[in-house]
Amino acid sequence: MASGNYAENESDDFHRRLMVLRVGLLLVVALLSLRLWHLQVWDGAYYLDLSKNNRTRQVLLEPARGLIYDRNGVLLANNVPSFSLYVTLDEVKDREQLIGQLSDLLDLDPVLIRKKLTAKGGKSLPRKIKDRMTLHDAVLIESHRLELSGVMVQVESQRNYPGGGMAAHLLGYVGEISADQLERPEFSGLHQGSVVGQYGIEKFFDRHVRGQAGQKNVEVDAHGNEKREVVVEHPQAGNDLYLTIDVRLQKVAEDLLGSESGAIVALDPTNGDIWAMASRPGFDPNVLSRELTPKQWGEIVQDEGHPLTNRASQGQYPPGSTFKVPMAVAALESETMAQYSTVSCNGGYQFGNRIYRDWKAVGHGAVALHDALVHSCDVYFYTIGQRMGIDVMAEYGKEFGLGQDTGIELPSERSGIMPSTVWKQKAKNTAWLPGETISAAIGQGYVTVTPLQMASLIGTVANNGVSYRPRLVHAVMDRTTGNLQELLTVPRGKIKAKPETFRIVKDALADVVTKGTATRAKSSLVTIAGKTGTAQVAALQTGPEESIPKKFRDHAWFVAFAPVESPKIAVVVLSEHMGHGGAAAAPLAKELIETFIKLNLSAPAATPGDPTAKPARQASEPL
Amino acid sequence: MMDQLTEVRRFDSFDLRYVGLILAILGLGVLSIHSVTYDQQGGVAPYYLKQLMWISLGAGAFLVMWVWDYHSLARLAYPAYALVLLMLLFVLFEGRASKGAQRWIALGPFSFQPSEFAKLALILVLAHYYSKAPRRGWLQRVILPGLLMLPGLLLILKQPDLGSGLSFVAVFVVMLLMVGVRSQALGVMLLFSVMLFPFVWEGVWGSLHDYQRQRIMAFINPDYDPGGKGYHALQSKIAIGSGELTGKGLFGGTQTQLKFLPEGHTDFVFAVYAEEWGFLGVFVLLALFVTLIWLSLEIASKAKDQLGALLAVGIVSMLSFCVVVNIGMTVGMFPIVGIPLPLVSYGGSATITTMASLGLLLNVKRRRLSLFY
Repeated sequence: MASGNYAENESDDFHRRLMVLRVGLLLVVALLSLRLWHLQVWDGAYYLDLSKNNRTRQVLLEPARGLIYDRNGVLLANNVPSFSLYVTLDEVKDREQLIGQLSDLLDLDPVLIRKKLTAKGGKSLPRKIKDRMTLHDAVLIESHRLELSGVMVQVESQRNYPGGGMAAHLLGYVGEISADQLERPEFSGLHQGSVVGQYGIEKFFDRHVRGQAGQKNVEVDAHGNEKREVVVEHPQAGNDLYLTIDVRLQKVAEDLLGSESGAIVALDPTNGDIWAMASRPGFDPNVLSRELTPKQWGEIVQDEGHPLTNRASQGQYPPGSTFKVPMAVAALESETMAQYSTVSCNGGYQFGNRIYRDWKAVGHGAVALHDALVHSCDVYFYTIGQRMGIDVMAEYGKEFGLGQDTGIELPSERSGIMPSTVWKQKAKNTAWLPGETISAAIGQGYVTVTPLQMASLIGTVANNGVSYRPRLVHAVMDRTTGNLQELLTVPRGKIKAKPETFRIVKDALADVVTKGTATRAKSSLVTIAGKTGTAQVAALQTGPEESIPKKFRDHAWFVAFAPVESPKIAVVVLSEHMGHGGAAAAPLAKELIETFIKLNLSAPAATPGDPTAKPARQASEPL
Repeated sequence: MMDQLTEVRRFDSFDLRYVGLILAILGLGVLSIHSVTYDQQGGVAPYYLKQLMWISLGAGAFLVMWVWDYHSLARLAYPAYALVLLMLLFVLFEGRASKGAQRWIALGPFSFQPSEFAKLALILVLAHYYSKAPRRGWLQRVILPGLLMLPGLLLILKQPDLGSGLSFVAVFVVMLLMVGVRSQALGVMLLFSVMLFPFVWEGVWGSLHDYQRQRIMAFINPDYDPGGKGYHALQSKIAIGSGELTGKGLFGGTQTQLKFLPEGHTDFVFAVYAEEWGFLGVFVLLALFVTLIWLSLEIASKAKDQLGALLAVGIVSMLSFCVVVNIGMTVGMFPIVGIPLPLVSYGGSATITTMASLGLLLNVKRRRLSLFY
């Protein structure tokens, strides 16, 4: 075979193969074009949508809650920067793996993380997994950032209560909005992870304090780096609140209760401003504002001391002998008994076949109204109670606000019970028994009150029947306008009673301290008037106090005001299971009142404020 | 010398079209590179300027390869290949590492990738080898060329550079199928390779680096975990698809501008282009490439001798392999193996090599058919 021929054959062969190459190439290019057409034209809209989701991450900017100050501008609640952990589902590679990593790194419950990740909401919306992270945890997350895509640590302001447990029941605490709350109209505009007030003033004034969240629409690259902020809606800080309480008095009130259960309320009878409101046992709102595990939460809720109950506004107790104060007013005003008419007390009162005992077994002899109050003669009040009947008692009780909310700016206030024949029919579906009137006359039986109601009541008496709704917030500073708005006091009306009646009762209450059942409340600094009360917890327990288990011992009451001549402060002390009011409660009231006098708080408005109070005082001073 | 000069034809309209096509593709490339990188630091100069500099260096190489008679060039095939192998060895021990692979030799402020030059050297060696005296039998037609290719391939895979390795093999296989294997043998060999495939696969798979395996696995199901192994593929598909028919306009590609798309100026430049220019733009670019390849095949078929034809075929196969695989990987048809789009992707070594190769093609055309005149 000639080599030339071979070369020619080879050349033909080469051209044939070149042809195959061309056809193959065209085929491949056609395939590519088809694929591109499919991607860009057929499915183009779908990918365009994907690319849009790709590019923006909605970052919510949580607002700073409004600050809370006491009346002198002392900070009670502020915000401190803290780290929050967010996860954006869109950017998460492997959800289960991430849950595992986070629970390892931060020692979190995987179930909890999963629950938060699966909560309702958009996939591009970052979900808050943990707040109040320690610096250590935040650094730990940042150092593992590359392995944790979709995770971001954001600096946010977190609620902080510099006073710890001080005024905890008043201030309340905050917490992440619950699923139930999210459904409710008053929380519209909020989202999973929003922090709202869950208790106390934080809850009641949440709408003022909450502020408004802002939003960043951030273009995010594949590495999760923020490239550009597209739209910025700045968060709006919440409004500041100025409370009526004075932390110095509040502190003393809380210290007076110490480790015992009970409540102290002090208010200004001339306008309803609460000076102090203490409830024990208490809690640290800083702890409760953190996210608690169900176990921690269970421990608090099941605590026998019920630390979460604000005993001042939510504790309902029989008023005991403090109830004799409205009874005395009722007796005079309903003309059941004249001022000097006497009742003979021999230590008991027979009604039907039952004898109602006086606390003093030997009796008080012949007593008129004045002495009946000073020595707290039960028989005298059994007598007038029996004469006026439960419905007249109820009428005057209601005049003083018993059986109704005081209207204080706190959530879940309890109203106690001011029984009447109608009430009994409604509540118990049986007729009122005459014997029950006798128990009610000395504040036992069905009658229950809250310490706050009693404070309001004694304040009303001190103020000669003019009463105000108790209030906790005297001014709101609007962050958007910078205006400080003084809130008006809310008059609740005047009790229809002669001035003479109040004079008689107040004289008697002054003597309760000077020579009656509350001599331990006698002060060398100021004149104090008051009334002791001992509320029976268990009717059948008798004998020496020490022999009775503590939980069956009587509650000690003392209601007071001072100075007698021109009252500036009304005080209620309730000590649970501490026995006699004169012994257990009266000294506490005296100390609180003396502190009040020493602090010179009775001088109106001109109180020198704390230096930090400057902006507030300037703005609030009416010129 | 005089004989050779008389063979040379003048610059004609074919050359004009050819150079025009190359410039058009280069231009679109520079635009897309600029669109991706205009807001980032490219070192001494913006990327598009650097690419323009590579292009001018490439133009120099193009001219040299155009005028330098390919016959005398082919005589340097073995020394050139040896030099490339030395450079690859050097890279292995001294090279600059980037993203887990040692592929670069630093030269002053620049670094270059010997594996790119290796492809052209391989084409030269194989064309030179097959054009010498008739080769007969398996040993001469398949085994020996295979042994020639092997050291280069191994050195490239060792770097590791899967993309260059694959185009290396592709060039070899195409040239083998074009001239190395006689028709009857072809069937046998294809059969053989199918039978051997499981074993080859096993061996290849075992030698791959983790990230290479992950990329190939991601190819199988990229939607499985966005943000993970399939991330590149998915983001690239989103970029291309979201361009729709008319595109988002220059600088308008959000995928690109927000860096969802990694390596937008190099391996994924096609996705950037497709996002900003849409299907219409893609159609234009593909048409440019197909025309360029078509003209190149024209040169191959009309080459005056076997050396010229083989050089042309080798270059065309390298070019088309890179175009097809690169686009195929950006649209999710092929695994992501790291092959740049010729003339479009940013990169000095690749641009210079490609332009030099195209110059060599025109060189072949320049001397074609001269025997018959």
